[in-house]
Amino acid sequence: MDKEMRELKVTAIENGTVIDHIPANNVFKVIRILNLENNQHQVLFGDNLDSHKYGKKGIIKVSNTFFVPDEINKIALVAPTATLIVIKDFKVADKSKVEVPNQILKIVKCFNPGCITNHENISTRFTVIDKNDLKLQCHYCEKITAKNNIVFV
Amino acid sequence: MKDKSLISITDFSKEEYIQILDIAADFENNPNQKLLLDHVVATLFFEPSTRTRLSFETAANRLGARVVGFSDTGSTSVQKGESLKDTIIMVSGYADIIVMRHPREGAARWASEVSSVPVINAGDGANQHPTQCLLDMYTIRQTQGKLENLNIAFVGDLKYGRTVHSLVQAMCNFNATFHLVSPQELKLPSSSKMYIKEANLEYFQYTELADVIPFADIIYMTRIQKERFHDPIEYEKVKNSYVLDRGMLTNCKPNMKILHPLPRINEISIDVDDTPQAYYFKQAENGVYVRQALLAAIAGVK
Ligand SMILES: [Zn+2]
Repeated sequence: MDKEMRELKVTAIENGTVIDHIPANNVFKVIRILNLENNQHQVLFGDNLDSHKYGKKGIIKVSNTFFVPDEINKIALVAPTATLIVIKDFKVADKSKVEVPNQILKIVKCFNPGCITNHENISTRFTVIDKNDLKLQCHYCEKITAKNNIVFV
Repeated sequence: MKDKSLISITDFSKEEYIQILDIAADFENNPNQKLLLDHVVATLFFEPSTRTRLSFETAANRLGARVVGFSDTGSTSVQKGESLKDTIIMVSGYADIIVMRHPREGAARWASEVSSVPVINAGDGANQHPTQCLLDMYTIRQTQGKLENLNIAFVGDLKYGRTVHSLVQAMCNFNATFHLVSPQELKLPSSSKMYIKEANLEYFQYTELADVIPFADIIYMTRIQKERFHDPIEYEKVKNSYVLDRGMLTNCKPNMKILHPLPRINEISIDVDDTPQAYYFKQAENGVYVRQALLAAIAGVK
């Protein structure tokens, strides 16, 4: 596929952020985590696109929106391979990888059914105790939610 | 420690624990000190626990404080669907200290975040029960004259017993050696063993209670509950193998003491009660002094 055709799949943006190399089928999770449903700017996305590195991938382009690291790192839970590209005047101004943050606020449900956060209206809060294997310790019940058990609120 | 909440044993430093134990020793010598005459202590028991509630209320009364609260939620607005947050905000407008027990894990932490007064966790589901841990430490120090370098045997249900998990974690600060006696199904979870490893200490696992009696300084007995077993036959097999009786104590160390968080069912036979090793009733009594110390320290009067 030549360059022109590839760009047709998801239109280029003038200013904003491109989130590339999202694992296929996790694009909608990323959109939810970043609350892009309520973003007032143009949001373009594609899923199950061909990728040299990963076979299939997803991509999101958000115009005129720039994320602070804390905000963007939340997506590391569903898209650990994601690359962030900051676009200014159609050009790449910055490129970086997402990183698992130290704290996860609000977005993940506690795995422990007996945890108070599953019974009262409480925002969840976790400390990441293992970034590689993704283990989250609940601030309230102190139990550990592991990678396989992560469910988003 | 003034105005501090105690939710989890990790909330206080080792020095703060020692300080609480020292204050508790003072209350043991002189229990009736009316230091909290102008204080109201609320005891909110969202699930019943008569033993713990009586211990806290006795402690508050010996300090001269007034006690308000409930012993179960049957006749309260919680039954009508009031949120924990609303209950706690309301009570923190009435009382100076809240003592609470709740069936959900994390409830006490949440309460401490919405309350304007300090909260003492008297048990939150299977999670924490820090005052039990403090009274266990107090009792160990009282019987051995020290907390350091002891051989501590834990016996019975080491998997689900939260008192065991907390005490293991606390004793990791004092160079203990851990002897873990349990059926295969009820071994100490890896999350607790992790604390032992991180402290560079040793633990040994056994299935026979008799094996640890000759060298233990403390034998901490726990109850094995039938409902913990998937297979009732497995329960029948082990239920009588972790029972301590008088005849087993002939070769124990002279300083050895037997502790138990109570209530016991049959795991310590009654013929042990009048041996010099039996210390579990004194341990329960110590709970009052430790809770007096904690209330006084949090109120800032000690
Ligand atoms: Zn939790």
